[in-house]
Amino acid sequence: MTSLWPRIEPLLARVHKPARYIGCEDGASVPAHGPGRAAWLLVYPDSYEVGLPNQGLQILYELLNERGDAVAERSYAPWTDMEAEMRRAGVPLFSLETHRRAGSFDVLAFNLSAELVYTNLLNCIDLAGVDVHADRRRPEDPLVVAGGHCTFNPEPLADFVDAFVIGDGEEVVGEITEVVAAWKRSGRTEGSRRRVLRELATVAGVYVPSLYDVSYDGPRLVAVTPRYPDVPAVVEKRTIADLGAWPYPRRQLVPLTEVVHDRLNVEIFRGCTRGCRFCQAGMITRPVRERPASQVREMVRSGLDRTGYDEVSLTSLSSADFSGIDEVVSGIINDPACSGQVSVSLPSLRVDAFTVGVAAEIQKVRRTGLTFAPEGGTWRMRQVINKLIREEDLYGAVEAAFSQGWHRVKLYFLTGLPTETEEDTLGIAELARNCAAVGRRHVRAPSVTASVGGFVPKPQTPFQWFRQDTVEELRAKVRLLRDATRRDPGVQLRWHDPRASVAEGIASRGDRRVGAVIEEVWRRGGTFQEWSEHFDLSRWTSAMDAHGLSLDWYVHRERPQDEVLPWDHVSAGLHRDFLWQEWRDALAAAGTPDCRWTPCYDCGACTGYGIEHVVGSPLPPAGGSQGTGQDLGGGMSVPVELRPSAVGAASR
Amino acid sequence: MTRVRLRFTKLGKVRWTSHRDVARMWERAFRRVQLPLAYSEGFTPRPKVSFGLALPTGHESLAEYLDVEVADGASGVDVGSDVPVLLGRLSDALPDGVDAVAAAVLPAGAASLQEEVTSCTWQWVAVTAGRGPVDPGALAVSCEQLLAGSTLVLTRHRKGREVTEDVREAVLDLRVLGPAGLPYAGGVRLQAELACRPRSLRPAELLAGLGAGGALQERDPRRLHQWISRDGARWEPLEAPRVATDAPPAPSERAS
Ligand code: SF4
Repeated sequence: MTSLWPRIEPLLARVHKPARYIGCEDGASVPAHGPGRAAWLLVYPDSYEVGLPNQGLQILYELLNERGDAVAERSYAPWTDMEAEMRRAGVPLFSLETHRRAGSFDVLAFNLSAELVYTNLLNCIDLAGVDVHADRRRPEDPLVVAGGHCTFNPEPLADFVDAFVIGDGEEVVGEITEVVAAWKRSGRTEGSRRRVLRELATVAGVYVPSLYDVSYDGPRLVAVTPRYPDVPAVVEKRTIADLGAWPYPRRQLVPLTEVVHDRLNVEIFRGCTRGCRFCQAGMITRPVRERPASQVREMVRSGLDRTGYDEVSLTSLSSADFSGIDEVVSGIINDPACSGQVSVSLPSLRVDAFTVGVAAEIQKVRRTGLTFAPEGGTWRMRQVINKLIREEDLYGAVEAAFSQGWHRVKLYFLTGLPTETEEDTLGIAELARNCAAVGRRHVRAPSVTASVGGFVPKPQTPFQWFRQDTVEELRAKVRLLRDATRRDPGVQLRWHDPRASVAEGIASRGDRRVGAVIEEVWRRGGTFQEWSEHFDLSRWTSAMDAHGLSLDWYVHRERPQDEVLPWDHVSAGLHRDFLWQEWRDALAAAGTPDCRWTPCYDCGACTGYGIEHVVGSPLPPAGGSQGTGQDLGGGMSVPVELRPSAVGAASR
Repeated sequence: MTRVRLRFTKLGKVRWTSHRDVARMWERAFRRVQLPLAYSEGFTPRPKVSFGLALPTGHESLAEYLDVEVADGASGVDVGSDVPVLLGRLSDALPDGVDAVAAAVLPAGAASLQEEVTSCTWQWVAVTAGRGPVDPGALAVSCEQLLAGSTLVLTRHRKGREVTEDVREAVLDLRVLGPAGLPYAGGVRLQAELACRPRSLRPAELLAGLGAGGALQERDPRRLHQWISRDGARWEPLEAPRVATDAPPAPSERAS
């Protein structure tokens, strides 16, 4: 019997939120497994509520199920109560569609969106009945594959993952499927595992860590070198040139139980060239690829019809930057088919009054709170991080919000940034207090929440060389801010646990040796590390000690220019010179403009792969400085591909 | 404003969703079939849907109900004349196992489900936790003794506290139907009518009063009917014409 359901169901009466484990979502596929089809289990290594909405996973799920040679099901990390029941009853990790054993699939493919889920990845592999160590797996075991933003430094998981996918997955999953399906047909005999991995390593964008030798000199990494001539010395990311060719998901999953972002999500563009230096997502997803506005409207309309949702989120890294966003939004709001009951949300609002105007159009009734992310407390700090928002932009945005009926404003900040002084830290409190004062001109009791996170430098960004703050340093900054905001009733201060930032730092910029630390944290029960009730930094630090690794070396140390970085053999296309120059510019508090609207400065992301920005308009959108703080006067040639105004979905 | 009462099922895997989940499924289904709903006023307008008695998560049902207010004068479905069409479209828009089986326009001023429903008929399987088969004969005797007795004192959990009370009056009927069959070989199928005033008595709670020291466990609880009793008469909020309401679940259905 392939379905484990009769053994799973008796467990459900004893766990919280049992609907997490039943599947049955609208949009779920009914997979037909067969000997000619590579069976993928797409696993999100966090809870169902967090994992289900993940768009990347849903896109690949549909693409694979459309193929004749593949079939895909899904799984999410069982919550701790369910895991305990499963282990007691001997029930392995299972798929949600047909409730079959995870170990019976050909590929376990993990989506890695955050480093703190790494221990959950190990736990899921183990629950699948598969050895967590890649080199101990048997021919009948599935291949363990991982994709997502975190794979831009794959090394901490190199011992546990057979193959990493770097960059956009839309095209490469098909190429991997062909290799895996052939392997399946061959009967997965002894020794075939090595051969299939060799073959996967020749697929562009695929990194097979076991085919590389790593050498160290004491704590220093010396080199990561391929063992065979046909294995690439540097694995380049995959990038889809045209988002319009991929109108997915076509059938977004509608969960039966509550999840985060429980609404229709339509990705309106991928990539961002604002150039914020702390932002890994922006750096690794260049260039900007907009979806044609007509396709956005079509996906919104058909998605709302099909799902019955009354809310749609237009997603991207900075949705207000979409060419003609105001027209798209009003088109949706005023679409008679939506009968006036649909709300639109734009994640990551840009900080200016124009954007608030768009938000006002969207939220005709439910004006509760708006969120802005100035990130740095002073203009100097924002020049360092290249988030060039002037104070006037912020106050204009806040003024617009409070004057148009909002009562709460939330501001996101980072602390522990390069060159940050006490004045910069205190600038956060000052901005928040000033925003509350602006609010008092319009409403009686305005509420301004300043949410402060400890900065974690990320690979493939200009800050990859930076020394991360210690827990004590971060705590001191939080204390400073607490004192500075205490007496203003309009300002609430929230902060993330500085200890979690340290664990994230270990996993983010670690090399292969950090794998042993992740394994040890997992073995001591450290799963769900994103969840404060399960997080304990001492598990991480004692595991570092046990393996003779120094926290100061890995996290709290500025790295020199000539140091070999653990992720140097994985490329997002960005020239190392470009990143280094950005790092030096950051230290000099010098800004860099957005290359979408100004000439290309050859960071490498387009030039290296023969692609270009794809935008609907070569001009910066309306609305003053647009948060760039710069004169964006026209007249310069811009390297963009202009979309004719009415383009249908291009064929694949 | 027209109030429409709907009767629906909750069967199979979807029984593991919560009462709140079911409410949200219905909101989406109403929008998908474009039934013109009446919305509440205020900051967050919500469709005016009221559900009757909550069904505990994990329980199946052949008799769930909701009342929904439909906007007058709006185009689309004429609930009065297109009932079968409406039921079909709603069932298509709802998850597997949730099917709309009956609908009717309520007369003006009709009482709400909460005010009206007085009792429910339940069916379930009693098993012992790994301690051999249940003796149907002995269980039938226990049921008769329970019904013959004048008190049934149970200790139940209510909002985190233990409450001991006499619930005998809530047991309106109780009987053994016979051996349960697969997948519960050794189990015994029971049926009971339990009052839901002043507070609902659940099958699992009743089972605690039947087995020797809580040795019996409940499997596959299913609500078969909700009843309105008044002045000696008893009827359902809506009859379900399309389903055989008293049939025990077929094994194949359970394995889905
Ligand atoms: S290659 Fe040029 S246009 Fe492309 S992202 Fe880099 S700087 Fe911008």
